[in-house]
Amino acid sequence: MTDPSHPAPINRWKTTEELAWRVRRHAIRMVHLGKSSHIGSVLSIADILAVLYGAVLRIDPLHPDMPDRDRFILSKGHAGAGVYATLAECGFFSVEILKNHYQNGSKLSGHVSHINMPGVEFSTGSLGHGLPVNCGRAYAAKKAGADHRIVTLLSDGECDEGSNWEAFLFAPHHKLDNLLVIIDYNKLQSIKSIADTLGLDPLDEKLKAFGWNVIEVDGHGHEQLKAAMARSSIKKGQPTCIIANTTKGKGIPFMENSVLWHYRSPQGEEYAAAMAALEESRPQ
Amino acid sequence: MRDSFVAALTELAQQNERVILLTADLGFGIFDDYVKKVPDQFLNVGVAEQNMMGVATGLSLEGRVVFAYSIGNFATLRCLEQIRNDAAYHKANVNVVASGGGFTYGQLGMSHHATEDLSILRALPGVTVVAPCDAWEAGQALPALAKNPGVSYLRIEKQTPLDTSQDTKPFMLSKARRIREGQDICLISIGGITLQAMRAAEQLAEKGIAARVVSMHTLKPLDTDEIKHAIRDTGAILSIEENTILGGLGSAVSEVIAETGASIPFKRMGIPDTYFSMVGSQEYLLEHNGLDAKAICEAASNLVSKKTT
Repeated sequence: MTDPSHPAPINRWKTTEELAWRVRRHAIRMVHLGKSSHIGSVLSIADILAVLYGAVLRIDPLHPDMPDRDRFILSKGHAGAGVYATLAECGFFSVEILKNHYQNGSKLSGHVSHINMPGVEFSTGSLGHGLPVNCGRAYAAKKAGADHRIVTLLSDGECDEGSNWEAFLFAPHHKLDNLLVIIDYNKLQSIKSIADTLGLDPLDEKLKAFGWNVIEVDGHGHEQLKAAMARSSIKKGQPTCIIANTTKGKGIPFMENSVLWHYRSPQGEEYAAAMAALEESRPQ
Repeated sequence: MRDSFVAALTELAQQNERVILLTADLGFGIFDDYVKKVPDQFLNVGVAEQNMMGVATGLSLEGRVVFAYSIGNFATLRCLEQIRNDAAYHKANVNVVASGGGFTYGQLGMSHHATEDLSILRALPGVTVVAPCDAWEAGQALPALAKNPGVSYLRIEKQTPLDTSQDTKPFMLSKARRIREGQDICLISIGGITLQAMRAAEQLAEKGIAARVVSMHTLKPLDTDEIKHAIRDTGAILSIEENTILGGLGSAVSEVIAETGASIPFKRMGIPDTYFSMVGSQEYLLEHNGLDAKAICEAASNLVSKKTT
């Protein structure tokens, strides 16, 4: 299966914690260079992405389209910088191109796009699209007797979208236990908190009532995430939803739990302060 | 037309196990035979069109040939962004099928008048837009669309007495069909209203006007050559559609005429830029909007009288 023209990637990280740290660093640079938004949303899911790509998903950067790969959709496409950074760190493409994010003529758009980007399974950006598509993929896999898993990462604010609730009904009805949803539950939307905008609580009970296997974890705790995402957590006949309790802006103290950093781009002293804060938390 | 679509789909699904039909809980009774023959290739997703179009995209990306069915605007406008972002951008083979084009469900009220679908779907890059004129075209279009890569939109109507099956030429997407010959004017029509165009052509013949009738079943990609032939051969064109006057067949035809630089008598006939609260059958609403055979005949006569040669 080795392709001499495409040597196996050399990962610069050894643990998922290191991967998450590197994703955060790339993402801060990307939104700084691109003067773009959504760094708070990326930092919120950096650990989830690192665990998924570093320890859970069955993927091969040398064969990004292999038929039995696990399929992952970032439905909260505005955090696409996180996916680009993760894929680059996993060897799907060079980390060098990350600097092109948001730049004129680039293919690394602000919301994640699959065109000419190996490893990006699906393009998103408008919220509420990823889960219905993955319901179709999971249904197809069931019908075909395939054993790959179908994974969707939603934001909590995204759960306002009615299309997600159509899919929340669909998946348990069709017993799609090959479907895994992770909700990035950082409790902040783009303007205000979830509680002040459109409350979701009790989210776990709602999804359980719909027929989901619900697991609640610390969305920055790698061991908890790994255990919840493991195949051993699957309940036969039920789709699984991990409610990942997260902190928007996680890892950069002045960005944490602040709606400001949904749209604000770190420039000047703020950028320097963010990189310095990150350096202090570099995994040993 | 709808029965012909279902029969053709049933045959196709029996031949190709990758074919799957999705419905958003509409089509009571019409799919019974299909379900009996290919039960594993049918999925009623419930009254959830956005999810249906997402599921359709997901199935297609896993290699299935998907037909996603509903009526009126539910299969299109209700889930337009899913058609655009999910299916079309990802070049998924999703065939969106809407029954009840135009005023088919005239009495059911404005919510059920599918009168802007052709224009709106035409604007989406990469989407093939088809509205057959009769049952034969519907039956022919279906396997062609299944093979056609990317997203297609098929607008069908309940029934029409028109029958163009005597045509010996094969049906091809994007290849307009000349279903009546004539040299004095060309009536370019799309969908079930082509029946009115054919009736108008008969009335015109009684006045000594030989009208060509073209079934422009594929609005996009458009058969521009056939329009250029009409300019050259007949020197007058009347476009006819049961769709808003804005952005549909008439607009497409006028774009071709304008860009060829031709100066010929031309008129668009379509639904005015308004919503209808008036109750009425399809025939009643067509007549009310000046889209029946009599009105088409009058409009065509006027155009012919303006010809300079």
